[in-house]
Amino acid sequence: MPERKVYVIPCSGIGKASASVGRQATYRVVEELLPEKADTMCLALLTLEDPGAQEKVRENWVVAIDGCAKDCARKNVEAAGKPPEIAHRVQDYMKKHKNLKPQAVLDIGEEGKKLVELISQELAEEIDVLLKGGERK
Amino acid sequence: MTMRTKPKFVGVLSCSGEEEPEGTIARNAVRLVMEKYRPGITVSLCLPLYLAGDSGEREFAKLAPVIAVDGCEKACAKLSTEKYSGKVSGAIDIRALLREWGVDDHLSRSRPGELEWELTERVAQEIVKKIDSLIQEGELATKPEKEEAN
Repeated sequence: MPERKVYVIPCSGIGKASASVGRQATYRVVEELLPEKADTMCLALLTLEDPGAQEKVRENWVVAIDGCAKDCARKNVEAAGKPPEIAHRVQDYMKKHKNLKPQAVLDIGEEGKKLVELISQELAEEIDVLLKGGERK
Repeated sequence: MTMRTKPKFVGVLSCSGEEEPEGTIARNAVRLVMEKYRPGITVSLCLPLYLAGDSGEREFAKLAPVIAVDGCEKACAKLSTEKYSGKVSGAIDIRALLREWGVDDHLSRSRPGELEWELTERVAQEIVKKIDSLIQEGELATKPEKEEAN
């Protein structure tokens, strides 16, 4: 049986810079901070109710990162069969760190990059805790 | 007799494509069209909102023409639109386009460089061609048509 992974799934919004921040934080986690433990998947596959994607959600741990209060990532994960183990909104980080305002959708700018770093570090720590808990089960 | 009002906007729906470099090209190309090439008439639709239950997105896609921009042959944007709102007016499969253009380089999904941006620009132009075709075919109420009417 393949080892369980953590799927970090960002929302796919292209209307708000916060969604770009969520995606970049996802890539930072799955490609650089926790490449052996974490991966991502196309949220659109869940929208389309793809059986393979739904199975991955049910059989693994999931982190949903949403760019806005519509919570598309979290809701699409829930529709696939279970709630995500961790769910965050980029906007909540922006409220906590008002000095870090992403510039634009295509170019989040320096402050946006700092926000990406902050979110990805926090996420990586949370995922580590999740995995330790998961291993004890 | 009821008269059908022509839509003023075209919806462009990108696949989310977080897993694949072609998905990043799709999202960025749609954004370029909205911001730079056809601002004012292009509206982006958020694909996962379809399933998240946003009736506004579904209704818009029923009333306005939609161009689906997919990163790969799974065609999530096209199929989701057809599932929830009806037929698309145009569709792009970026992976097929890259094959057609002879591009077999390794592309980055997370850090688009010079090549990825060049391809993004080319895909944006493909979207623009489809939007312009809709205008020429009279599917959209655009500024030029209003000027003619005056």
